[in-house]
Parts: sequence; C-alpha cells; structure tokens
Amino acid sequence: MTLDDKKRVLREMVLHRRFEERCYQAYIERKIGGFLHLYPGQEACCNGVMEAARPGHDYVITGYRDHVHAIKCGTDPKVVMAELYGKETGCSKGRGGSMHVFDVAHRFMGGYALVGGPFPLAAGIAKGIQLKGGDEISICFLGDAANNQGVFHETLNMAKVWNLPVLFVCENNQYGIGTAIHRSTAVLDQYKRTCAYDIESAQCDGQDIDTVYEHAKTAVDFVRSGKGPYFLELMTYRYRGHSMSDSRGYRSREEEDEWKQRDPINILRDKLIAAGELSMADFTAIEKATDDYIENEVMKFAEESPEPNVADLEKYVLA
Amino acid sequence: MAEIMYWEGLRRAHDEEMTRDPLVICMGEDIGVAGGTYKATKDLYEKFGEKRVMDTPISEGGYTGLGIGASFIGIRPIIEIMSVNFAWLAMDQMFNSAAKVRYMSGGQLTAPCVFRSAGGAAHQLGAQHSARMEKVFMGVAGLRVVTPSSPKQAYGMLKSAVRSDDPVFIYEHELMYNMKGEVPDEEYFHPLEGSEITRPGTDVTLFGYNISVHWCLKAAEILEKQHGISAEVVDLYALAPLDRAGIKKSISKTHRAVIAEEDEAPVGVGSEIIAIINEECFFELDAAPVRVHSALVPQPYNHKLEKAAIPDHQDVVNAVLKMLGKA
Ligand SMILES: Cc1ncc(C[n+]2csc(CCOP(=O)(O)OP(=O)(O)O)c2C)c(N)n1
Ligand SMILES: [Mg+2]
Repeated sequence: MTLDDKKRVLREMVLHRRFEERCYQAYIERKIGGFLHLYPGQEACCNGVMEAARPGHDYVITGYRDHVHAIKCGTDPKVVMAELYGKETGCSKGRGGSMHVFDVAHRFMGGYALVGGPFPLAAGIAKGIQLKGGDEISICFLGDAANNQGVFHETLNMAKVWNLPVLFVCENNQYGIGTAIHRSTAVLDQYKRTCAYDIESAQCDGQDIDTVYEHAKTAVDFVRSGKGPYFLELMTYRYRGHSMSDSRGYRSREEEDEWKQRDPINILRDKLIAAGELSMADFTAIEKATDDYIENEVMKFAEESPEPNVADLEKYVLA
Repeated sequence: MAEIMYWEGLRRAHDEEMTRDPLVICMGEDIGVAGGTYKATKDLYEKFGEKRVMDTPISEGGYTGLGIGASFIGIRPIIEIMSVNFAWLAMDQMFNSAAKVRYMSGGQLTAPCVFRSAGGAAHQLGAQHSARMEKVFMGVAGLRVVTPSSPKQAYGMLKSAVRSDDPVFIYEHELMYNMKGEVPDEEYFHPLEGSEITRPGTDVTLFGYNISVHWCLKAAEILEKQHGISAEVVDLYALAPLDRAGIKKSISKTHRAVIAEEDEAPVGVGSEIIAIINEECFFELDAAPVRVHSALVPQPYNHKLEKAAIPDHQDVVNAVLKMLGKA
C-alpha cells in the first residue's frame, strides 16, 4: 500500500467504525430491528484483505456481520443503512435486513445468517469463475466458530480436489457468541486445520493493517495465479457483544481493554502520524467529516426513503 | 399452584429430571456457561457440571447425532437447537437415525432423545431466522412432535418427553418464553398425545397449537363479545400423532372449523387437519373448513411486510365472520 492508499484506508476505516456505532444508536432508538451484529475492532481484517484483492471485481461472501464487507466492496453506505431501516431503497429492498445485505453489482454476494452456510457457496462461486475463465477470485469471510460446522471440512476437501480459486478468510475473534474458542474447538490455531486437506494457509495479526495486507497479498496472488484455495486466519477481537442482546458476561473487561490497546484504526493513525503524513488535528477532522457525512447523507437518506409497498409482499419469491 | 414463566417451566423440568436420573443430560449451543439463549438451562451448568450440561460447538448435525448415539445405550439427552432454522442441519440425524432406528432394527434399538427448538417469527429476524417448520417434523414416521402453548404444558411435556422411549421433538416459540401461567407445585406429566378444549363453544371450532392457540382464544373472546358467536378453541398440542378423535368430536359439535397456524399453508398443519376432517366427519360439516396461515414468502425483514405475512387473532375473527356470512 502506498501512503496515499493508507490515508484513504484510514478514512474508510473511520467510516466503517462510525457507521457501525451509528447503527448501534439507531437500534436503541428502534429504527433498526431484528438482529444486529457489529464490526468494531475487526476493521483491519476486511480492509487489509480487500486492499490486496480487487473490490467490486472479486466476489465476496460472508455471514451476518456484513455491513462493512459490503461497503468495502463498493456498496453505498446509504443503501446499506436504508436496508437496516427496512426501506425500499435498501440494497436488498428492505427484504433482507442487517444479516442479509446483498449488492451483486459490486459482487458482494451477500450476508447469510446460518453459521457456515457461505463456505460451499464461496467454493461454488469459485467453480463458476473457473468454468467461465475469469481472473476473479472468490473470497469467503467467516468467523472462527464457523469452522466447527461439518460443511467447513466438506468444502475444504472439494476446494482442494477441484483446485478452486477461493480464499477463505477466518476472522478469529475467539468467540462464537458467548462460547470461548477453547471450550468448543480442539485446535485453537485455525490455520492448522487445513493441513488435513493439504490447503495452503497462514495466520497473522488482524489488528495491524500492514500485516494483514502483506499476508493477504500472498494469499490473493496465490489464489489468482491458479494455485488453488488458500486459508488465511486473522487474529482479532470484536469490541461489542455478539449481537445487541449480549451483555458480555463471558469475558472480562480487562481482556477487552487489552485488545483495545491494539485498535486497528489507532495503529494505522499512529503510523501515519509517526511518518509525518498526518496530525492528530487531521485525524479529528476526518472523524468529524465522517460523522457529518453519516448524519447529513446516510441517515437522512435512510430516514426519508419510502417503505416497501405491502402489495409487493410476494415480489421476488419466484422469477 | 405458582405462576411462572414458560422458560421457568422448561428449566424446572430439566432440573427435576436431571436430579432424578444421572443419565439425563442436556446439550446445545451456549446452554451451559451462558445459561441458554432463552434461559431454559439457567444455572444447570453450575449445578450439574460440564459433563452433563454440554456447551456444544456450532455443529448441529454432529452434536445431534452424538446425542442420538448416546441415547442408543441408555442416556437421555435433551438437545437444544437454538433456533429451528438451524435444525435443518440436524434433520438428517433426527430423521434418518433417531426416527427410523427402532423400526429398521426390528425394535432392538430406540432413540429416546428430546429435541427442543425455538421457532416462529419474532420481530424482524428475517428470512433465515423466522421459520416455523413444524410441518416438516410432523410428517416423519417414528418421531413424536409436541408444541406447548403454556408454561404448564412446557413443563409437563418436557418431563414426559424425557421419560418417553421415543424421540420427541418439542417445538417452542421465540415469543412465548416470557409468557406467564400456572404450573402445579407437585410433579406433573403432560400427555404427548391428544388435544385439549381450551374454551368450549358451539358455533365453530378454532384449532390452534402453540402460539396460534392464543390467537384463537383472543378471537373467541371478540367473537362472543362483539358478534354473539360461540367459538370452541381446541389446542392441538400434539402434532404427531394428531388427535383424530378429538378433532372429530369437536366438529361433530360445532360443524365448522377454522385452523390457525403461523406456518405457510402448503403441506401444513391446516391441510392435514382438513384431510382428517374429510376422512373422519365430512358429513358433519356445515361449511367448508378454512385455514388462517402465513403468506408463502421467505419472511421479509421490513416490519410492515412482516406483519402482512404473518396472521394474528384478527385474521381468525375475519375468517369466522366470513364463514358465517357476517362479513
Ligand atoms: C447453523 C447456525 N447455528 C447457530 C447459529 C447461531 N449463531 C449465530 S452467530 C454464532 C456464533 C458464530 O461465531 P463465529 O463463527 O466465530 O463468528 P463471529 O460471530 O464471532 O464473527 C452462532 C452460534 C446460527 N446462526 N446458525
Ligand atoms: Mg468468532
């Protein structure tokens, strides 16, 4: 990444953080319903990988913690927020909600609510790429606990047998809802689990975007060059509860504080400040501009957009 | 009799059965340390330890099969599947192993497991978290299906299910865990077969189960107060086997039937009951039976669309008025 890239990514990460925090607020105000899973703490994962990939060109698929992944692929934050508001202008026409953000135009193939569900879908997209002969790759972002689904193993096996261009990114935040990884999972290092399928893999820090980027670059190049699937494990942490109904009784405030010392945005910010490319005042201005943008454009759009028409209830059921 | 909540009834049944029999265990995602998504296993981890209150990985097919295997040699597992939407992943084991093993082993093996799962549309949980699916379970030979509509039933059915030598699927509703109701202070076992007349009446029978019993009760009240119509409410708490005799008895009295279900209509509880009415007591009917059900759509996220997709007591009232030519 060039310095300009880094400055751009810093702004993007601030947007991703503030967008999610604003969702939290809107949920409390009951503007957003259903389940809401937020991303703060994990921003360097999605950003680092997608900087090494080609957003809008490569296919991306993920779980229910999906807002930021869509935005990074090029989805307008306005239509993501409108989706969370259940509006007709939302990227899934208000039919999907927070867990089902879709934007196929930007090759964001969606957020899915069943843990592990996207694994084989990602491999299937990779199969499609292979058949059609494109230079895209398929990228699947999922959590650590998803690897305990049988379909994880089934998919890894097929991806290897058929040499599919798919990159599995495991955002290891060490919890599946309230169950700590060591209580549910025999092998804590997730990247080791792929050896049974002879799939290339690596593990790295998920908080420092430079580290994520370097590892993702290797992974993306590997997959794009036709060498087959790759599994990248990023060690990270979600600051908030699993979803909004989670009071985080299963972990200590000390543990949370420790992780917050290695905040992905602060790490990048401080590096840019140390390089003389940014001042603290610049950063504060970025935050302020981001908040203004979210309030004046994103929220305004979501608020003012129309609801779907009830007469259209059955639209989109069948082609 | 104490008033307790639905989840407390479930919790009490777990507690009593696990205290009585060391071979009764429970397993599921976040049921131990976290106490369960709907608190049905609250504090049991502390009381019975991690060997009997098992926090499972997110491996529905795996741990359901594991529980079934344990039941082959006398363990009595109560398996919680956090949401019925995730039960799809466990159905292979429930249907192909638990439900069939007794028959295909010529009666040598049985799978006395209890599967509990929360279904139904809560609030805006979207297409992949709002399924009902009782229709899928009730058509499988070798499986019992019950759907408690009250804390008393929740408590008493779980107790009976643990003691049953058959696999039992208990369908709970996400919106009902905090519902209050009277539960006997002494031990109580609710039957796993039959039906219950929750409110007697003479003009029309409203068939419901689980949450739709409550729509029917509310509808019956409105029908009586505002329209002078006497509706009988029958709680079909057992969906497999269905109470053919109970259905026939009520129709022979009221001669009219409205079936309320939260599920979509095709291949559902309603169609099955109408078939039973046809088979058992067609000539008792004064009107064609009517189903009140959801629209055939994946559950929409938007709240207005969601409301439009799901029926409620008013739809039951309207169906009765139309049937009686009063709408
Ligand atoms: C098949 C299935 N089982 C259970 C759930 C409930 N559930 C939702 S998220 C989650 C934890 C997933 O953890 P992880 O894969 O580590 O992702 P994270 O939420 O930490 O990003 C669980 C158990 C589900 N959505 N789907
Ligand atoms: Mg996790």
